[in-house]
Parts: sequence; C-alpha cells; structure tokens
Amino acid sequence: MTAAAFDRIADTPSPAKRRAWTRSEEARGLAMISPTFLYALALLFLPVLIVIAYSFWTQNYLDIDRTFTLENYRQALTEPIYRDLFIRSLWISLTVSVVTVVFSYPIAWFISFHGGVHKNLWLFLVTVPCWTSYLLRVMSWKVILGYGGVMNTGLISMGLIDKPVASLLYNSNAVVITLVHSWAAFAILPIYVSLQKIDRTYIEAARDLGDSRLRAFFRVTLPLSLPGVVSAFLIVMIPTVGDYVTPRLVGGKDGVMIATAIQAQFGKGANWPLGAALSVTTMILVSLAAAAVVLALKFIVRRIK
Amino acid sequence: MSVLTQRLRFIPWLPVYVAVYFLFLYLPILLLPVFSFNNAATTTFPLAGFTTKWYASLAGNSVMMEAAWNSLVVGISVAVLSTVLGICAARAITRYRFRGQRTAAGLIMAPLFLPEIIVAVSLLMIVLAIGIELSLVTVILGQTVFCVPYAMSVLVSGFEGFDRSLEEASYDLGETAIGTFRRVTLPVVAPAIVSSLLVTFTISLDEFILAFFLSGTAPTLPVYIWGQLRFAAKLPGVLALGTIMLVASILMLTLAEILRRRAEKRTQLALMLP
Amino acid sequence: MPDRPMIEIQNVSKFYGIYKALDDVSLTIGEGEFFSLLGPSGCGKTTLLRSIAGFETPTAGEIFIDGAPSLTLPPNKRPTNMVFQNYAIFPHLDVAENVAYGLKRLKLSPEDEKKRVGDALDQVRLSSLGKRKAHELSGGQRQRVALARALVMRPKVLLLDEPLSALDKKLREEMQVELRTLQKAVGITFILVTHDQYEALALSDRIAVMFGGRIAQIATPKEIYQRPRTRKVADFLGGMNFLTAKVLGEQGNAVSVDAARFGAVNLDKPHGFTAENGHVTVGIRPERLRLLWDNDRAPHELAGRIENRAYFGEVTHLTVGVDGLEQPLSMVETNDHGADDLPIGAEIRLAYDPDAFVLLAEYEAVRRV
Repeated sequence: MTAAAFDRIADTPSPAKRRAWTRSEEARGLAMISPTFLYALALLFLPVLIVIAYSFWTQNYLDIDRTFTLENYRQALTEPIYRDLFIRSLWISLTVSVVTVVFSYPIAWFISFHGGVHKNLWLFLVTVPCWTSYLLRVMSWKVILGYGGVMNTGLISMGLIDKPVASLLYNSNAVVITLVHSWAAFAILPIYVSLQKIDRTYIEAARDLGDSRLRAFFRVTLPLSLPGVVSAFLIVMIPTVGDYVTPRLVGGKDGVMIATAIQAQFGKGANWPLGAALSVTTMILVSLAAAAVVLALKFIVRRIK
Repeated sequence: MSVLTQRLRFIPWLPVYVAVYFLFLYLPILLLPVFSFNNAATTTFPLAGFTTKWYASLAGNSVMMEAAWNSLVVGISVAVLSTVLGICAARAITRYRFRGQRTAAGLIMAPLFLPEIIVAVSLLMIVLAIGIELSLVTVILGQTVFCVPYAMSVLVSGFEGFDRSLEEASYDLGETAIGTFRRVTLPVVAPAIVSSLLVTFTISLDEFILAFFLSGTAPTLPVYIWGQLRFAAKLPGVLALGTIMLVASILMLTLAEILRRRAEKRTQLALMLP
Repeated sequence: MPDRPMIEIQNVSKFYGIYKALDDVSLTIGEGEFFSLLGPSGCGKTTLLRSIAGFETPTAGEIFIDGAPSLTLPPNKRPTNMVFQNYAIFPHLDVAENVAYGLKRLKLSPEDEKKRVGDALDQVRLSSLGKRKAHELSGGQRQRVALARALVMRPKVLLLDEPLSALDKKLREEMQVELRTLQKAVGITFILVTHDQYEALALSDRIAVMFGGRIAQIATPKEIYQRPRTRKVADFLGGMNFLTAKVLGEQGNAVSVDAARFGAVNLDKPHGFTAENGHVTVGIRPERLRLLWDNDRAPHELAGRIENRAYFGEVTHLTVGVDGLEQPLSMVETNDHGADDLPIGAEIRLAYDPDAFVLLAEYEAVRRV
C-alpha cells in the first residue's frame, strides 16, 4: 500500500504534481492512519508471524532448531490430552457463544425497540459489568456456585434442597455460566447496532401485509439483524476458546481448556514451538468452527423466508 | 387450562426477562462489596456482621501498594498511548477515503476478535526473541495493542458527528492547519478524547492476561490479586481491594459516558443537516 | 459584462479519475455583482464554488481573484469567505465567539474587535443573541450567524453554498429578501450556489446555468428566462412548450420558421446557429398563451380543448389539445375568469404572441460554440 504510494511519487517527479498528491485525500488518510497501523503491524501482525514460524521449529533444551518440521502439529493433533482439550475448548466456546447470543438477543431487541429515550443508559448498564474487575467477577462466581456458596445456602434456606449440591462448581457448566456472564455485553452491542439500523417501516409493512408480530419478527427483523448476530457470534466464540482465567478458577479438573496447556509451554514446560503450534491450531480450529456456525446460521435464516 | 394460559398472557414476559437478566449481570458484582464488609474469613451466608477491617488491612500492605502504583503507571501510559493512536486511526477513518482503509482498520481492530492468550503468547515470544527484559514497559506496549480498538470505537463515534465543514470554515476564516486543529478540532472532540482516556485506563486497570505474561517481576494489581487468590484466607482482603477498584471503574466509566454523550449531542445539534 | 472583474475563471477543469466535475469552465464575475451558479445536483456548481474558496484544487486552468492568480493560495489566504450549506457554526463557541473567530488572527485591539463583532451582528439583526450556543439557535438564526461570521472578515467575495436549502419555504422567502438587501448594503460580490431556479431568478444580477460540469448559459435572470439558449436551460428554468418547426429561410440575424399550427414565426438567430435537416426546436412559455373568453378576439388565435386541469390556488394549469400538434400545450391561467371551473373536454380558444417564441439549440449544438 505505502510502497505503491511511493512508486507513484517516483513516477511523477514534477514538484507540482507531488505537492498535489501529498495534499490529496489518499495521502493524508494514509499518513494519518500509519502510526496506528505500523504499531499494530509491529506488535500484532509480526508477533503472530513469529508464532507461526516457531510452530514449524523444534526446541532443543535452550536452543531452537530452525529446520522445518510438522512434528509439533502431529503432537498437537494426535496426543490425547491435547485432542481432548481442543474438543472441550471448542465445545465450550461454541456453547458459550450460542447461549450468550440467544439470551442476549431479547435484551438487545428490548433496548432497541422499547428503550425509548434511555437507550444509551441501558447500553451503559449492560457494559459496566464487563469492564470491571474481570478476575474478581470470576471469583465471585466461585463464591456463588461453591459448596457453601450463595446458590446452595440460598436454595437450602428456601427449602428447595436439603443439602448442598456439589456439582455446581468445578466443571464445564460452571465455566460456561461464568463465560456467558463475562461476554454478555459483547453480544448485545453488535446485535443492538444492527437492530437500530432496521428501518421500522419494514416491520410495519410486514404487519400491513398480514404477518403476525411473531412472523414479522422471523421474516423481517431477524434476517435483517443477521449481520449483528454473526459478529456477536464471532466476537464471543473466538476469544472464549482461549480463555485462561475462568477454567483455572471455576473449571476444576473437568473444565480445563487449551489455554492452560499453551501457558504451560511458556512456563515450566518451556516448549515454545509446541506452544506456538497449539496456538496456531487453536486459531485455525476456532476459525473453521466459527465459519461453519455462521454458514449454518445464514442457511437457517434463509430457509425461514 | 384456559384460565392458566390467560393468566400467563398477562405476565409482562419481556420486562420480567430483562429484570432476571440484569440480576444475573449484576449479582456477581454486587456480592463483592457485600462480603468485603463481612466480619468472617469465609464467603458464605448468613453474614457474620459488619466490619471495615479488611479495608484497614490493605493500608499497611506494601506489596499491594506497589502493585497499585504499577497499575497506575501502566494505566496512564496505556490510556495516553492508545488514545493518541486511536485519534490517528479514528480521524483517518472518519475523515478520509483511501485504498487499504479496510485492511488497516481490520488489523487495528483485530485484537477484539482474537483469543487474548494468543496475543499475549505472541508478544511474549517477540519480546524475548528480541532480547528485551520483561517489565512494565512490555506490559504497556502489549496492553496498548489491546486497548486501541476500544479507544478507536469511542473516538470514531465522537468524530463521526464532526463535520469537515467546521474545519473548512476555520480555514476559510483565515486560520492555519495547526490553528484549526487547536481552536476547532481539539475543543470539539475533547469530550470524546477524555472519554477514550477513561475507558482505556479502566480496561488497563482490569486487564490480567497480558500483564500476567509480560510483567516480569513488577506485578500490576490484577497479577497481584491472581497470586492472592490461591490463599483462601486472603480472599476478604482481595474482595475489599476489588470493591475499591470496582467503585473506581464505575466512576470512570460513568464520567466517560457522560462526556461521550455530551460530545455527541453538541456536534449533532450544532449542524444543520439538509 | 461587469465593469471591473473580481473573479476570473479561466479554462478550469476538475477531474476525479475519469469523471469530469468541471469541464473547461471560463467566466468572469464583476465587483459588487450578485452572481448565481444554478444547476441540478452533480452539475459542478459546488465544485466550482469550492475551487474559488480554495477547498478544491482544479486539475487545470487558473482562477484570478481581484486580479491575483489564486490557484496556489490555501483557503485561509484568500480574500473570500464562505457560508456553508450546513452553516458549520462552531459548536463549542457562542454566537459572538463564532463571529470573532477569524478576527482573532488579525490581532485587533479588544475594543476594535468587539465593535466589529457588534456591527456584524447588528447587520444580521442578531445583537441580542451574542451569548447563545449553536444548538440553541433556530435554522434562520444559524444562517445569520454564518453570514455575520463571514462578512466580519470584510471579504472581497462572499461565497454562499446553498445557504437557504435547509430552511422551510416561508423562512427561505424571507431570507431571500434579506440576502438581497444585505448584498446591496455591503456592496461586495456575492456568489450563490443553488438548485432552486426561483431563488436564482429573484436574487441575482446574473446567472450561470450549469449542466454536466459545463456552463450552458450566462445571462441576466430576465434574459435567461425569456431567451434560454438551449432546450435544457429552458426546461430547467420552468415550464416550456416545445415544438419542432421547419426552417423557411434565414435573413441577417433572423430566422423564419413554420411552427406547425402557430404558422410562420420570425425568431432571433442565435450565434453559431445551424439548422439540422431544415428543422429546429422552438419554445413558448405556458404563461405566454392566454385563454379567450366569449367575444374576445386576438390577432393570433388557435382552437383547442381542455385535456387536463390542475388547481394551484392563485393559478390553474391547463393542458390543451390542439389538432395538428404532436404534444398538447401547457398553459397557466389566473382564476379571475373561472379557468378553474372549465370542464375537461371543453372547447376553448387561445391567443398567442408570435414574438414570445424562442429558438432553442439542442444541447450539443451550443457546446460547439
């Protein structure tokens, strides 16, 4: 991009033309965005390239052997512990994203259609919990779901159960509940934005043409808000697959996810190439799973019409 | 049967659902202050009475104080850096049209769509590969990557109402480019900028994974808290600390929101859109 | 032609890729003239105005402002000031601060600055609102602030980019009168961009009609309405009945044509006129046709019948079919005789003045001129 721009300057040596180009919208836009772009290039794109490179190398004690190998990927994909972790991580992130989107959609719809003049206040209330004390929020779920925790003591005092239920905490359900809570706002916001963009007269037209409220919702509102639903899925599913804190705090043995294994390769295990291969595999698998979900979603919505 | 279904119809399902959802959203957060004032080392009901001793114990905790200072340094640096970078990107996107715009914006916004641990791991690898010592500086650099997308979304919404005719009017009245930036652009978008500073500071204050991987020997508050969570006895103290951070975060976010809305209102109402 | 040129635009073109926003435009605007650039959206009128202000850099050509070549001057160095379409009132400043904005660069004494701001606000009758913020002003008030803010700089030329389009009809008509009065009072050149032909006709000393990046005609409002040079100009400036006429002969500056049922008509011959295949287009404005009642007689009469009727309050628009004409004629009648009660199908007689016909070039023909 920038290189092409410089080529163009080189082609036109006349100072007047060069001045015209530097004054042009294109040049100013590029100049303006370049600090941020270069920063992201250096601290995001380049590091990811390094990770990909490492995933094809081998660790020899303290040295790195830079001959190309697929050994790390073989290990990542065939060793049962990693395979189980991948499957569980994907399953949890899929469940979390589906549950989050399904439960958040009515809230987004409520704010968009019934928020009145206080839409911004509602959105603010939705986002506040997401930006405050991440660790302690997870910790709080441990307190809620624990053996002597809020949920158990509450249920006992209401007389619904006799003795505490042990199975609330330290399993994948606890992980799912906690993650759904953490990512609620990230699902609500994109859905809300796409609902806001829908011209209300479309829905009135559907009603005018004989649709019930519910049919109008499924045939007009839902398909038109699909872009928001898709980004909500992506913005929840992809990051949650690599969540580290939640499985560690509330997951117990049955709730361990792939991030723990990745972290181990950079800590005591000290096998960077394997850690890199696990990271890359995670990204590829979650991208494929997300793509499949999005395609399935589009297909379903198309069938509704 | 028909009586039951009729009764069910009269329950305002949507408000009930919204109420339950917000309870779910706020319950874990509201529990923190409750237990931080509870006179017991365990976090169970019924409550054992009111105390402020957990807060008092924080004051004498020098390790925690140091972590708090680190968090403050990191938070301010990240807020300034990511807001400056966010201003460049937000202005480029709202003001100019150029080829490669989508690609550039996509890369800048990418951290929103990546597992944080992968961002953390890749940064760790490049930092160690280059041979830079892990320190607060590496935390700042890493968290800035993560915070720029948030800064950008706050700033873009602030800049979008900013019509370029305002700047043109300034040039037209004889002002230079720098003067225009100082006298028109900056004052008009100032609330959005302050809002971005507050939001990114809050995120940095709360961010754990990147700090955990990149902080070396100087912990930030979340890294400190992580270390304390292993000890059940330390939990009430941590909850007290968490409550303070919670209140600080909510105050900053509220202020940020008020400023953002004021900016939006001002730019929107000031222009006559034909 | 103006006495002393203030703006001279010489062969200015502006290309965006292959799209020609301005295509070899030349024109001269005089000192103290109220000049309008009139055309549909996308005709290049705004690009031309913004090129004068310095916000667009033409691809080719030169613009002289008060005799000085100005193409390389940035907007802040030009003796022009602009009233923006959305008024661009600075939202963080109050009315007086907005007006004083440009003066700050001049480093005036505080008293002088205050006096100039006060005078400018008086001029637009806003003296009492100095402390208001932009969002507390009505549309008309914002427009006045924008005017005061530009005029306080004492520009040689005031540029107005569709300044009335954001206002409702009644306010717009009031502001038209005020703009004209203001221009007479300050005596500087005003250049107005508009797509509203009535606005241009009512305000301007001269009008340039633009289509597709080119100037189709420059003339006074009266001339441009009564003697449009091309069919497109005639059409843009209001209703017109078009007829195909056969050329009978040319003599000096006159052409004589056979205008179907209207008979032989003598017309002024435009510069560079060529009759293609011996046929030309002629036009007559609807209001130049007149209904004849009862025993009225006129030297030039035609019989027809009412095909359609639309009531507009003070006038009625009639569509009249005439045997031997391809198209029915449009007419505008005042309602004092009862034109609004004529039934569809009624047989009527109409009078016309052969001198009211104009010879219209097809658009392409004029471009070669």
